[in-house]
Amino acid sequence: MSGSSNIVAMKKVVQQLRLEAGINRVKVSQAAADLQQFCLQHAQQDPLLTGMSSSNNPFRPQAVCSFL
Amino acid sequence: MGEMEQLRKEADSLKDQITAARKAVQDTTLQEAAAGVTVVGRVQMKTRKTLRGHLAKIYAMHWGTDSTLCVSASQDGKLIVWDSITTNKVNAIPLKSSWVMTCAYAPSGNLVACGGLDNMCSIYNLKGKDGNVKVMRELAAHTGYLSCCRFLSDSEIITSSGDCTCVLWDIETGTQKTVFAGHQGDCMSLAVSPDFKFFISGACDFTAKLWDIREGQCRQTFGGHESDINAIGFFPNGNAVITGSDDATCKLYDLRADQELITYQDSSIMCGVTSLAPSLSGRLLLAGYDDFNVNIWDALKAERVGVLAGHDNRVSCIGVSSDGMACCTGSWDSFLKIWN
Repeated sequence: MSGSSNIVAMKKVVQQLRLEAGINRVKVSQAAADLQQFCLQHAQQDPLLTGMSSSNNPFRPQAVCSFL
Repeated sequence: MGEMEQLRKEADSLKDQITAARKAVQDTTLQEAAAGVTVVGRVQMKTRKTLRGHLAKIYAMHWGTDSTLCVSASQDGKLIVWDSITTNKVNAIPLKSSWVMTCAYAPSGNLVACGGLDNMCSIYNLKGKDGNVKVMRELAAHTGYLSCCRFLSDSEIITSSGDCTCVLWDIETGTQKTVFAGHQGDCMSLAVSPDFKFFISGACDFTAKLWDIREGQCRQTFGGHESDINAIGFFPNGNAVITGSDDATCKLYDLRADQELITYQDSSIMCGVTSLAPSLSGRLLLAGYDDFNVNIWDALKAERVGVLAGHDNRVSCIGVSSDGMACCTGSWDSFLKIWN
């Protein structure tokens, strides 16, 4: 009967909401600070951010010139 | 009061509780917190390689963990494994169904997977004894299209589907280990956390959900988008989630604060986001759009700092290699481009 299956579904929704309501939350100031710190700490190891010379770029090998 | 009415009241009350709890920890915004950080300078990347070979729209691509090989899927009915440095095709795998929507590379490099309108996830062994690439397993149980798949290992894979569920499969036995149900709309995309304990899904119900893989439960749900979420990814530290939507915006949600921290939007951008990938440090967010471009955002300042323009049709997929050295874009124009 569709009536009782709706109730079962709704009970699941309520159960899930209870779960989600009960989690611990960290302050946004802490979360934001941690994100910033991660970015800054890893900035130098981020090639797309810092750029790279062609000798370090596997996709752009340096052309070798030889004297003939 | 009827039972249904009582349950509805309880649900509404819990939703209000969640909203209040989120507000209670909102002692600042990311914008304010990052006020002292200087915006990243203009980012200019060039196309270093163009991978040519597909004969129709490319729908998906995924980097192998060696940062050299990558797999792409096209509705020309082929999966191609490329050496992105030489541009050679390592494997060209003909598919039973050409209506492919997703592909994935196993972390080991031994397997690739794909699926689409056939509602199945097909696993291919790249390292078979006789050198031929064959279907190893066909994972069938979804009642809707396969929108995304990601390997946890050679024995487990997670799929997302138009049937509104995500599933964790045992590849050896071809059976479903866990069904993750809860979304009220087609699941469009998924991403696995760096520690492999969680995954996130984005759906056409405009929400993103965080799932505990072993407990089989949804831990958190994030709303705010005004249309379908097409793309989703983890911020590299595993503590935040980035989503891309048909509402033309990307959003960053922090898992520990349980809320949206910032929206990446610009009044000049009016088309949907199809794909996204963060750079290695998370500072750059690369997002592909329906208008054929990729916009590069400063993730902390929410300012656009670059554009990758080079495709002649929608950018359908994007990925940054594990060593962070390059970004690969795939397009409906049938080409993949490697940028850095």
